[in-house]
Amino acid sequence: MSAVPLTVNGKPVAADVDPRTLLVQFLREDLRLTGTHVGCDTSQCGACVVHVNGKAVKACTVFVWQIEGADVLTIEGVADPNGPLHPMQEAFREHHGLQCGYCTPGMIMTALDMVYRKGHDLDDGTIRRELEGNLCRCTGYQNIVKAIAAGAKAMENYNKPAA
Amino acid sequence: MPATGIGAPVRRKEDHRFLTGRGHYTDDINRAGQSYAYFVRSPHAHAAIKRVDTSRARAMPGVLAVLTGEEFANDKIGSLVCGWMINSKDGSAMKMAPHPAIARGKVNHVGDAVGVVVAETLAQAMDAAEKLAVDYDVLPAVVDPAKAQMPSAPQIHEIAPSNTIYDWQIGDATTVEAVFRNANHVVKLDIVNNRLVPNAIEPRAAIAEYDSGTQTLTLWNTTQNPHVARLVISAFVGIAPEHKLRVIAADVGGGFGSKIFIYPEEVVCLWAARRIGRPVKWVSGRSEAFLADAHGRDHVTHAEMALDGEHRITGLRVKTVANLGAYMSTFSSSIPTYLYATLLSGQYAIPAIHCEVNAVYTNTVPVDAYRGAGRPEATFVVERLVEVAARELGVDVADLRRKNFITRFPHQTPVIMNYDAGDYAASLDRALELADYGGFEGRKRESSRRGKLRGIGFSTYIEACGIAPSQAAGSLGCGVGLWESAEVRVNPTGSVEVLTGCHQHGQGHETTFAQVVSDRLGIPIENVSIVHGDTDKVQFGMGTYGSRSGAVGISAIVKALDKIEAKAKRVAAHVLEAAEGDIVLKDGNFTVSGTDKSAAWGDVALQAYIAHKFGGGELEPGLKEGAFYDPTNFTFPAGCHICEIEVDPQTGESEIVAWTAVDDFGTVVNPLIVEGQVHGGIVQGVGQALFEGAVYDRDGQLLTGSLMDYCLPRAHNVPALKVDMTTTKCPSNPLGIKGCGEAGAIAAPAAVINALTHAIGTEELTMPATAQNVWLALQKSAHLHKAA
Repeated sequence: MSAVPLTVNGKPVAADVDPRTLLVQFLREDLRLTGTHVGCDTSQCGACVVHVNGKAVKACTVFVWQIEGADVLTIEGVADPNGPLHPMQEAFREHHGLQCGYCTPGMIMTALDMVYRKGHDLDDGTIRRELEGNLCRCTGYQNIVKAIAAGAKAMENYNKPAA
Repeated sequence: MPATGIGAPVRRKEDHRFLTGRGHYTDDINRAGQSYAYFVRSPHAHAAIKRVDTSRARAMPGVLAVLTGEEFANDKIGSLVCGWMINSKDGSAMKMAPHPAIARGKVNHVGDAVGVVVAETLAQAMDAAEKLAVDYDVLPAVVDPAKAQMPSAPQIHEIAPSNTIYDWQIGDATTVEAVFRNANHVVKLDIVNNRLVPNAIEPRAAIAEYDSGTQTLTLWNTTQNPHVARLVISAFVGIAPEHKLRVIAADVGGGFGSKIFIYPEEVVCLWAARRIGRPVKWVSGRSEAFLADAHGRDHVTHAEMALDGEHRITGLRVKTVANLGAYMSTFSSSIPTYLYATLLSGQYAIPAIHCEVNAVYTNTVPVDAYRGAGRPEATFVVERLVEVAARELGVDVADLRRKNFITRFPHQTPVIMNYDAGDYAASLDRALELADYGGFEGRKRESSRRGKLRGIGFSTYIEACGIAPSQAAGSLGCGVGLWESAEVRVNPTGSVEVLTGCHQHGQGHETTFAQVVSDRLGIPIENVSIVHGDTDKVQFGMGTYGSRSGAVGISAIVKALDKIEAKAKRVAAHVLEAAEGDIVLKDGNFTVSGTDKSAAWGDVALQAYIAHKFGGGELEPGLKEGAFYDPTNFTFPAGCHICEIEVDPQTGESEIVAWTAVDDFGTVVNPLIVEGQVHGGIVQGVGQALFEGAVYDRDGQLLTGSLMDYCLPRAHNVPALKVDMTTTKCPSNPLGIKGCGEAGAIAAPAAVINALTHAIGTEELTMPATAQNVWLALQKSAHLHKAA
């Protein structure tokens, strides 16, 4: 199989992988982008959420070959590593929306997608329903919900990252 | 002092790496030349292994080794052990069966490892594992603890007749019998505390590497207590001597108890890495975790409470059968005994308590500590009994509690514990106010107009944290001490590194421990680093569980800081040419009282290392001190949780509409983090009450074996929580900290079930109270009413 061309966090890459390679495996093992996590094997937990062509996707459910030419954004590409945090990341920090940190990258990628689709004014009920596909075992969700509402507001004056 | 001291809601130092995807979880680590392990697990709950044929698996591409129980036994690798000895009533020792990391001869639960394949890639290891042929003779299985001791049950381990591990008791049976004979009212309940699967979102993982040059093994492992893992693996399993084994637990993605234990997989990775001379990595799949991680709870209990004519609780009689699964996990024996029955007095002055516990083997995954560990089970027993007592006596549930609260401290219960401080009425009063208890009847009428049933339920819980003074733990059978260590290293530039034996896996120690240092030394929190999770860096420590890191771990840091301050003052005395007794440390500056002479913290630190101002005969150079802190008592966090719930009688569906938690954790170092711990604990407790439950069929197949089948609470399943605190300081440790990690999980299940049973008007409701279970309870109760 020939290499699959992709763009990951703005950089072109060629995925020369076995056909059964999942996107999450390619990101973690080939590109060593280990911020995208694996928490289950049934697409329930959402720790592996990334953006593919601007939409939230569970990277454990996609083969690399299925997304030829796609633009992939992972947690590592959300903000400049040497610059300030993205407002959504900052909101999670400010509102203590993370404890062990394992579900956090997936939560943030889902939260960004939520803002892109639903806007900047998110009520608790909307956020909680939209988190259907993301599990957290530490926070009881309360501060995640708070962080997403605040992060969504703060993003009103923030340029969307190029994804 | 800048706003980074004790009591400040400091934003966490560790967050940046987690928010940017730059954490270092075990699966993020890769070693040069790494190979991959995949375990072949028994599909049967109970079976004799007739034959294992590895030849076809060995011939598969990329395979480096196929190892079975035979090789494991031939290499004389020891058994996993349980570290807490419990004796039966008759004085006989608990019946601990061997637990080899790979089964040999017989498998005892679905998921018991029968072999491991190590290959160049994970895919190759998985492919080869399918070719490992194991012939089984299937045996009858027993999964229900209530049936494990019956003559008809299959015998699981030769050492344990009737599958009984121990038949233990606490309290005075004779006194309790007399109390019940004289009681005016007796409440009786049969309770099943449902089996739970912890499900930290990071699955367990291990990487083992052998350096043949130094004959040293290194294990990267998802553990809550790396030193205990190293001790057990070296001293009992015998893989390598302690000084030739390094255990590293970097970032760990949640534990909740399940990552305390020493598991077969890490032992096998170490063994395989040395055999093949390559690093071996294993990462659990989620569905694999359901079969390989220790489960929690699983009690069957009959409980009775006696009350006198004035509604004072006079006695408690409890009989519990605890399921410990197929093997005794690391601390399993202590959970249904000293972490359970010693808390049966709750917040109440109960003069007589007797509890009997039978622990049994079954053909299920081993059961051990899960958030709260024994204390949620005890709280459920006591708080259900009190609530039902109030209903049967026709008195207010809050009033009955208040009447029986312990109000004078210290208070010696009849079950070992000596409560040191608390104000239970204060938490109750504050919770009643926040929950608008007085307005409940109005809200109930409003619900009723919408066709809904509404209930309110209380849980005034207590827990014992710390976990214990080492001597006390030892006298109760614990194989280790439960102190904690700390080492404070001041660098020449004045920055500080604190090495702690605690381990963080979500608790935020890198922030809270640094707050304590910043507060004490008056230096910016940015100049403090917390080092943990590496046995080559931290000399020894007991790890994190039992809400112990604040009460015990921080106390050790405070003790080391005392020594640092004393030494720094001696250095400062030389620098400032003053008497040591005149030196004052305040806000990061040393001053000489009564003068304007001063030296900054950093200058004194530098002088300690360059040693130009004092001679070697007067003072040792350097600024580094260590301390071991052994608690003198347990700590006793307590509080009141109130749950308000609405039920749709047509469907049985319930919705928690309000939650009020008022907890007393003593001194709080960081309220933001403490509230987060409370939120998480409550939602795990709500999970137990409403959603979670491991279900085995009678052949021992785990029906809830994945996240498709086992229901974890999701964001929309749980309400916004109202959390507040009252404070009585813990008198036994220097900062007055009690601990907060488990409170929510301990309090919540009883509050939910008390609210639900209040709403539906029947006490016969089992956990998890799913819509189906609630609906069935309603039908049964309606049927009974009709029949009556």
